[in-house]
Order: sequence, then structure tokens, then C-alpha cells
Amino acid sequence: MTNQDLTRPNDKAAAADDELALLPPVDVIEDSTGITLYADLPGVPKDRLNVRVEGETLLLDAELVLAVPQDMQASHAEVQRKRYRRAFTLSRELDPDKVSAEFSQGVLRLRIPKAAHAQPRRIAVQVA
Amino acid sequence: MYRSLFPRDLFAEVDRLQREMQQAFDTVSPTIRGFARGYPALNVGNTPTSVEIYAFAPGLDPAKIDVNLDRGVLTIEGERAASVPAGDGKSTTHINERFEGRFRRVVSLPDDVDPTAVNASYRDGVLHLSVKRRESALPRRIEVQ
Repeated sequence: MTNQDLTRPNDKAAAADDELALLPPVDVIEDSTGITLYADLPGVPKDRLNVRVEGETLLLDAELVLAVPQDMQASHAEVQRKRYRRAFTLSRELDPDKVSAEFSQGVLRLRIPKAAHAQPRRIAVQVA
Repeated sequence: MYRSLFPRDLFAEVDRLQREMQQAFDTVSPTIRGFARGYPALNVGNTPTSVEIYAFAPGLDPAKIDVNLDRGVLTIEGERAASVPAGDGKSTTHINERFEGRFRRVVSLPDDVDPTAVNASYRDGVLHLSVKRRESALPRRIEVQ
């Protein structure tokens, strides 16, 4: 009981954090050997991009870094948040260990191949 | 009993929503060209010596971005190639949200900018334009004799 009370503020903080993240636009294309995902993450340097697989969830988490002059006052802002976040659920035939990623000029390209065990296999039937 | 049907934070949530909407209208001023939104997203700021424009335009060849400043109106133009293949029958597009095709965005700048002093750089998919203000328009300290 006390445990739950203790974790509550954390959950709330996490939820507030989610609200403050931008949802990056993506393209997802599937072919016979796997899935390719493109995501627009402008303003993110390579070292602030975090792509990870947790169980069956693919998580994109990135921080926007802009070199803004210190005495600047914003007069019009369409991008008002400093973080991008998006999650996807992977399906079982995809191989999370073989995900490859390229990141250039704010565009992330992820390649998630299909697992070898997803290929058809013949099962021998034994006669008892 | 009636109150207990609602989550305790509902009123706080409504409050937050209201504040966010208000904020959205406060910071985005409707210009004569409307509430233009799209690709690339723009952030504009002022410093005492310059006007700073940030265009969030990922995945472009910097050589192919057209930036023009004509009588105080700044235009950013270009084209973005599609990553989604045209229906070749071998692949399926599940999500297609990223912008593709030609884009053009226009910003009107204050009167005191110097059209010859524009600095443009492209980094991490963000086009940064810095337009200097004219010397004569800068705030100046006047010495008292």
C-alpha cells in the first residue's frame, strides 16, 4: 500500500513527461524481408537519439538541441517542445536483435528484418 | 457519490487544456497569410541585433533549398523526395505521415532588417537563418557631455 503511494508521483511525472513530447511523423513500409521505418526528427544531434527495443515495444526517444542566441525572444513558435517520443509494438515475426539504424540530417531510417524462424518448415508425422 | 464517478484530476485536466489552448493562440499570431502550418515548421525569434528564423526541414539537400528575401518578405522553397515507393506491388505502406513534394513558406520580416546581411546554415535537419538589423536601427547609448 505504501509502496503504491510512493510510486504514484513518479507515474504522474512520467505522464506529464509524455504530454510534453512531440510525436514525430513516420513512414512505415513493409516488404517480403522486413520493415523499413523513417522518422523525421529535425534538430536532434546523433548523440541525443535513443532507439531501443523493450520486449515487443520499439521506442524512439530524442532530444531537440537548437543553438539559440541567449538574448533571443521567440515571436512565433510552431515547435514548442524539446523532446520527440514515439513507441511501436513489434509483431512476433520481426527480429528485434537485428535492427539497423541510420540517422542523417534529422531523418532516422530503421530496418527491422523478419526472423528466419518465420519461414515455412515441413513437419514429419510419425506413425505410432 | 456523483463526484466519485469522475477521476479526481478531471478539473485539473480541463484547466490544463484551457491553458494550452490559450498558449497556442498567444504565441502563434495570425498573419495576413493565415495560420499557416506545415512543412517546414517555423520558429522565429528576435534579438536586439538580428532576427533568427529556424525552419525544421529534415532530410533535404542544402544546395536545393531556395531562400529569397524580397522587400522584407522571406521565402523558403524546395522539394522533398518521397521515401514511400510508388505502388510496385512488392511492398506495403502501413503508415505515411512524412511530408513529400514541393513546399513554400513565407515570413514577413520587420522593416529594420538588412537584406544584405543574411546568414544561412543547415544542421541536423534544421535550416537556421540569421538576418541582421541595420546599424541605424540598433539601440544606442547616447553619451552625455
